[in-house]
Amino acid sequence: MSRFFDSDIWWSFKHSPVTVVAAVLALLCIFGALLAPIIAPHNPYDLAQISLLDSNLPPMWIASGKAEFPLGTDQQGRDILSTIMYGSRISLLVAVCAVLMSIVVGVGLGLLAGYVGGRVDSIIMRIADIQLTFPAILVALLISGIARQFVPRDMQDSLALYVIIFSIGITLWPHYARTVRSSTLVEKSKEYVQAARVIGVSQTKIMFKHVLPNVLGPVLVIATLNIANAIISEATLSFLGVGMPPTQPSLGTLISEGQNYLFSGEWWITVFPGIALIVMVVSVNLVGDWLRDALNPKLR
Amino acid sequence: MLAFVLRRLFQAALVMLVVAFIAFSLFNYVGDPINMMLGQDATPEQKVELRESLGLDKPFYVQFGAFVGNAARGEFGLSLRQARPVSTLIKERLPATLELAFCAAILALVGGVVLGVYTALRRNGVFSQFLLAVSLIGVSLPTFLIGILLILVFAVTLQVLPSYSRGDVTQIGWWSTGLLTWSGIKALVLPSVTLSLGTMTLIMRLVRSEMLEVLRTDYIKFARARGLTNNAVHFGHALKNTLVPVMTIMGLQLGTIIAFAIVTETVFQWPGMGFLFIQSVQFADIPVMAAYLVLISFVFVSINLIVDLLYYVVDPRLRIEQTSPAH
Repeated sequence: MSRFFDSDIWWSFKHSPVTVVAAVLALLCIFGALLAPIIAPHNPYDLAQISLLDSNLPPMWIASGKAEFPLGTDQQGRDILSTIMYGSRISLLVAVCAVLMSIVVGVGLGLLAGYVGGRVDSIIMRIADIQLTFPAILVALLISGIARQFVPRDMQDSLALYVIIFSIGITLWPHYARTVRSSTLVEKSKEYVQAARVIGVSQTKIMFKHVLPNVLGPVLVIATLNIANAIISEATLSFLGVGMPPTQPSLGTLISEGQNYLFSGEWWITVFPGIALIVMVVSVNLVGDWLRDALNPKLR
Repeated sequence: MLAFVLRRLFQAALVMLVVAFIAFSLFNYVGDPINMMLGQDATPEQKVELRESLGLDKPFYVQFGAFVGNAARGEFGLSLRQARPVSTLIKERLPATLELAFCAAILALVGGVVLGVYTALRRNGVFSQFLLAVSLIGVSLPTFLIGILLILVFAVTLQVLPSYSRGDVTQIGWWSTGLLTWSGIKALVLPSVTLSLGTMTLIMRLVRSEMLEVLRTDYIKFARARGLTNNAVHFGHALKNTLVPVMTIMGLQLGTIIAFAIVTETVFQWPGMGFLFIQSVQFADIPVMAAYLVLISFVFVSINLIVDLLYYVVDPRLRIEQTSPAH
């Protein structure tokens, strides 16, 4: 632990006030989401706890608001603060799983392309190139829209989580594949790999045990920045109605539902989930930017 | 040159074939079209008859060939939801999307260049710093949230601009335009601003950094030494030299604008193709989905093909690499 506190990274973290604030906000969002069932003031999905008498209450600082519901309530009397906490849980879950999936696929294919080379390399990288010419959100939207058609109607809501993780995860893999491939090409020609080959270590073992750990550095940075992208993609898909269903709302679903009440004056139903989304995305992005600069020795 | 063009064309054709295959499998594996068309109480003979008349008993590659042939002629059958030919639906919706994307692109380009030049020339001004900070937030804001915030401010609170539909449109042949009526133009403001903001901030930051770089070069110092006015230096020499990268990025951003038009159209219930696609996904309207899939992929493949070919024309290094032996 003391090694960590003496390191350059900790020093650069301490001396970047913006990053410290962003990290604190990001941690707040993460803990609020993870601990939602324990610390949320209400359970908005427990029918016994919500009452229609409390519907459409404004935030507590407006005269008719109640202190019990700090950010107001929605049409069904659910506490907005609690729905935001439960919603961020789903948003974060989708984002983290999608990024993990893209790391597994992207790192695997990148390693394979870089290490094996030849035809395998050109096919994998060509596919990555072609996919990158389409915007990520379009690919996710098309895949999610198509995948939904192959899922039986009555199972669509319960499988929505997996469909959306898959469609966002598939849009992110080319970034990892490209980075890992280029670092694998560098590592492959180094002496330790040649030495391993000379003493007869099998190709698969060299690939996974020796090359893989040495190419993972940049993956961490891309992953952090991609979490923010994945949160936005998920929110956008859910907003368009091809993401999380209203029975399991993410932040995007909440914003989309709240939009219907904008004109009747209940702005808080959509604005607060929106603010939560912005805080989460901007803080994760700032931490990712800092990490990129801190881990890049060229910038020091 | 010819080899390069042919390879790119081959690649584009391959992508289109894969997309066509996905669209084709949507048609064939989602539900049984025979049951959908005849209903539950059709006799087996009727089913066989319809299957034969539709060509569904033919081998897979014959059916796929017929599908590609029809798709190339723009025929995707009838929409399941509206019982009208998909090609007619798309023709109706296309002008709305193109008008929106066109206005957004112009807005992003003009706004981005103007703000970029301003922030570069008044580098330390308070307003420039403010613009830069705002642009940083603008980059990380999702499009649909920008749209909702604009609706909240301009449609709900101030009530000066409409928040949905296209207003009054004028028909010119099959093209419908909202640019000729006052209400059409007013309806276009919020959606095109929403759609342009992301690209605008990108172009603004690009123009700013390019301008700052160019202003440091020797030929700018020389131009000043020649006694040219500030305006002539800034706009005649500096700005002109920043425009090449701006055009490149703008070309690539066109695709992004088209993709995000789907989101913008949904926020503002703009009757364009993206909104049509979102509705077709929710109602499992397969013919419309398939048509949109093929069309949007075609647009993207064409844009990329053109950008690639333009690079080839503009950048001589690509040509040298082709002729020199591999290293």
